[in-house]
Formats: sequence, structure tokens, C-alpha cells
Amino acid sequence: MTNTAENLDLAEETRIKPYTMNFGPQHPAAHGVLRLVLELEGEIVERADPHIGLLHRGTEKLIEHKTYLQAVPYFDRLDYVAPMNQEHAFALAVEKLLGITAPPRAQYIRVLFCELGRILNHILNITTYALDVGALTPALWGFEEREKGMEFYERVSGARLHANYFRPGGVHQDLPAGLADDMAAWCDALPKFLDDLESLLTNNRIFKQRTVDIGVVNAEQALDWGFSGPMLRASGVAWDLRKSQPYESYADMTFDIPVGKTGDCYARYLVRMAEMRESLKIMKQALEKMPQGPVKVDDRKVAPPTRAEMKSSMEAMIHHFKLYTEGYHVPAGETYTAVEAPKGEFAVYLVADGTNKPYKCKIRAPGFAHLQAFEFMAKGHQLADAVAIIGSLDIVFGEIDR
Amino acid sequence: MRRFINSLLLAEIVKGFLLTLKYMLFVPRVTINYPHEKGPISPRFRGEHALRRYPNGEERCIACKLCEAICPALAITIEAEPREDGSRRTTRYDIDMTKCIYCGLCQEACPVDAIVEGPNFEFATETREELYYNKDRLLANGDRWEAQLAANLVADAPYR
Repeated sequence: MTNTAENLDLAEETRIKPYTMNFGPQHPAAHGVLRLVLELEGEIVERADPHIGLLHRGTEKLIEHKTYLQAVPYFDRLDYVAPMNQEHAFALAVEKLLGITAPPRAQYIRVLFCELGRILNHILNITTYALDVGALTPALWGFEEREKGMEFYERVSGARLHANYFRPGGVHQDLPAGLADDMAAWCDALPKFLDDLESLLTNNRIFKQRTVDIGVVNAEQALDWGFSGPMLRASGVAWDLRKSQPYESYADMTFDIPVGKTGDCYARYLVRMAEMRESLKIMKQALEKMPQGPVKVDDRKVAPPTRAEMKSSMEAMIHHFKLYTEGYHVPAGETYTAVEAPKGEFAVYLVADGTNKPYKCKIRAPGFAHLQAFEFMAKGHQLADAVAIIGSLDIVFGEIDR
Repeated sequence: MRRFINSLLLAEIVKGFLLTLKYMLFVPRVTINYPHEKGPISPRFRGEHALRRYPNGEERCIACKLCEAICPALAITIEAEPREDGSRRTTRYDIDMTKCIYCGLCQEACPVDAIVEGPNFEFATETREELYYNKDRLLANGDRWEAQLAANLVADAPYR
């Protein structure tokens, strides 16, 4: 029999260094181009180091060289799952600096499409998240509903994703005839789909085994890590910018803020599920209460004239030419304008210096704050749980890398 | 007790399977046979660009260069000089379709509805060079799609 000292030496010699593994950037569960450097002790995550920047396009710098109108399409390309919510933040920021407010109809249209964007985002997140933890069917069903929603996007703006629809001063064009009715019909039909989706997931034991008690974040930690949106609410903090500082016509809407109890991956799923039903309520109210009237401010120094006017009036023609070449000058000033995007608090910090281009446009992306907490959430969990955590973070690399 | 029986009999799993079976058997299929069937497109759809002509065959574009100025991606290049009859027309109108982001600002800016983004979204090519469109290509697109382009403009006119 060997003595204990020799045994110890042997153990020392045969101990294996933590296994370093690259997760992504080509991994389907990495949700885009996330590259995670994982150090694994067996199957336990010891350290997780997210490497970002593979989708960096320099949006913030590019915007400094574009007029305010030209900057709008860049916001579609941040979080490309819910493009109009991003444009909303920029449009509100520019309106604040210009000292204008969009007409009521435009505000209702914006709220309508922001909530549609929220539903589309959550459908994509929940179904791909379920796919990550092993359920294929929700993704197949979810994309059908998402397709219908994107058809509404296409009918109103001309593009399924990169809408370029919300403009400073209103929205680009009014809703085409019949769209409001079709959207109302879709709002009535969607709860059935959500019920079916829930009956596949909410009580499913496999889904629960993969998500309950995984990646638990308590309320204090969530606040410390700068969480916002469903991530924060799943941890039990009832914070929603739509309620705490109602912008646009959110003050006229009645809706509830779903709050989770446990702060784990399952709670985040439940919160998103409940949020979709609340968004449907808001969409219905927006469709019912939508007033008639213009969809752009009646200020020819900001919003271009109609085509008929432009072709008949010399002054309108001059305004048209000025707006599409030089753009409008925004008075010097700075603003931090935040909206409740589907993923959390999306904000634009805009500094104007009195010219026709922003001096600085800093974009606050919610996913960035959520991703930085990944290591603390994943530490001590199994490798497979890291996938579930990434799914519940709801990260999209367009906005993280910018 | 009820919970125990439910979990022993895999109640929620059976329910899920029944639901998917119901979808498989009783819900009509929604997939479309793509190259032969296509999804609906609205008059506002922003696809491949085209340069339009007047009914008498004259080019609409007057080389005001508004589209060149507004293009956020700097994809449009225009050169112009007066013709023999004194009218102002382009001598070069290039769109780099690899740069274009299909934001629709060029068709919004165009005062004569010359440059439009049409309903065509199937223009993938095998080389990049084929996507550097010149004036001939754009005018040919316009001739090819004119019926639909004009119909779309009419349909969308009340909102523009």
C-alpha cells in the first residue's frame, strides 16, 4: 500500500488544468457572433469571458457624419429584431432638442408599432430560447406569427426589417387603408397562439429542468449589474420606463407590468410571455383610440412637404430640396432620451452643436449590460446551462457591438 | 396526489404531443412553395432600383442629384451635362447595389419619381461586379417593371 504523501503527489501531477474552450462565434446557440472563452473544470464553467466586437460597424461614429434624417436607418440595424423601437429613441431625442412633439396620430402609430416590435422580439427570443434547450416546435410555430407581424411592418414602411419609418417629427407615412383592421384581427388571434405556446413550454418538465434555478439574479444584483427590461423585472423589480416616465401616448394606455419572483431563467421566460399579452392590450387600445389627423409635424423646416404640394408650390419645393440635401439644423444642446425597448432601456445620448449633423451620438444598448453579467451568472453552472442563460439574456449582437 | 399522478403519467408531455398532432392534422399548411408561389408585397415595398421614363420615352431623371446627396451609404454616383437641345440629363448614373441599404430615401427625395425602389427582390448575382448597376441597367429595370411601378405609385399616392 502506498503512503498518503505519494498519493497526494500523484494527484498533483494528474490534475488537469481547466479546459479552455471557445464557444462561438459560429455556434448556433451563441445568438449571433458571440465568442465566449470558457474555462471548464469538467463540465462546470469556471470562467466565462465574452469577446465582442465581431459585428462592430462604427455606427456611433458614422452618425456623426450623417444628417439627422440619414442617421435614422442606422438605428434599424442595431437591434434588428425590433427595429422601430430603436428609431423611436432617436426620433424622441431629436424632437426633444428641436423642441417639437409629434402630432397625436403619429404618437399612437409609434406606440402601436413599438408594441408590435416588442411582441415580435419576444416571440423570437422565447422560441429560439426553447430551441436552445431542446424544443424545436415553438420555433417553427413562432416564425409563422412573426412573419405575419413583419408583413405589417412591410405594409407600413416598405421593408420587413429595416423600416426607416419613425422620423424626427412623426412617422414617414400614414397607415395604408385596411392595415388597422388587419392588425386588430391579428391582435384578437394571437392569444390563441400564445396559449398553445405556453402549453408546450410552461409546464413542460424538460423545459423546467433546464431553466428553473439556472442563472439566478436577485434584485440587488440585477440593479448592480445595470439590468433593465424583462431581465430586471424577472428579478422582482417593477421598473418600466413606460410607467415610470411615460413618453408618447403611453400615459393614456392601461396595462400592467409583469414582475417575476425568482430571477432565474424560467422567471425571465414567464415575464416575456406575460409581457406579450400586455403588449397586445396596448396595441388594441392604440388601435381603438387612434385619432385622425396628420402624422408629421406641420413645420416645413423639419418635415418635408407632401409630394402634391412639392410639385405645385415653389416654396414647398425649396423646403424639399433643403431638407433632402442639407437637412435641418438642430440647436446646440444635449439630451439623454431612453425608451423601453423589448430588451431593456435603450437610450440615445445626443449632443448637438447647432449644425445639421450630431456632434456625438452615444447609444446605450441594454444587451451590453446584460452580457457583462454573464460570467457572474454562469459561474458554477454546467456548460449546458450556459446555453440556457445566453438564451434568457436575449442578446442581439447588432446592438452590443454597434 | 393529483400532482403525483400528473407527473407519473407525463400529463404535460402528452398534452404537448396532442397539441402538435392537432396542428399537424387539422391546421392548414402555411408554408409556400417559394420560387413558384410568393408571399404578398405591399405597394411600398423597397426592392431593386429602377429609373423610370415618361410615357413618350424620355428619361425622367433631371440630374438634380438629390438622391446622391441623401444616400446615407454613398451608393449613388451621378454625372451630368446639358444635352444638345439644352435639357439637363445625366451622363452617368451608377448605383452600387452592394453598398445600398434599401432605406428608400432616394425615392423619397426624387422630385420627378425617376428613381424608385421596385417590387423585385430576386436579383442575386454570382459576382460582385454584376451588382454595380449603371444607367443602362437601371433604365432597363424601369422598362421591365414600369407597369407595376406605376401601379404602386398610384396606390401609394394618397399617403405621400
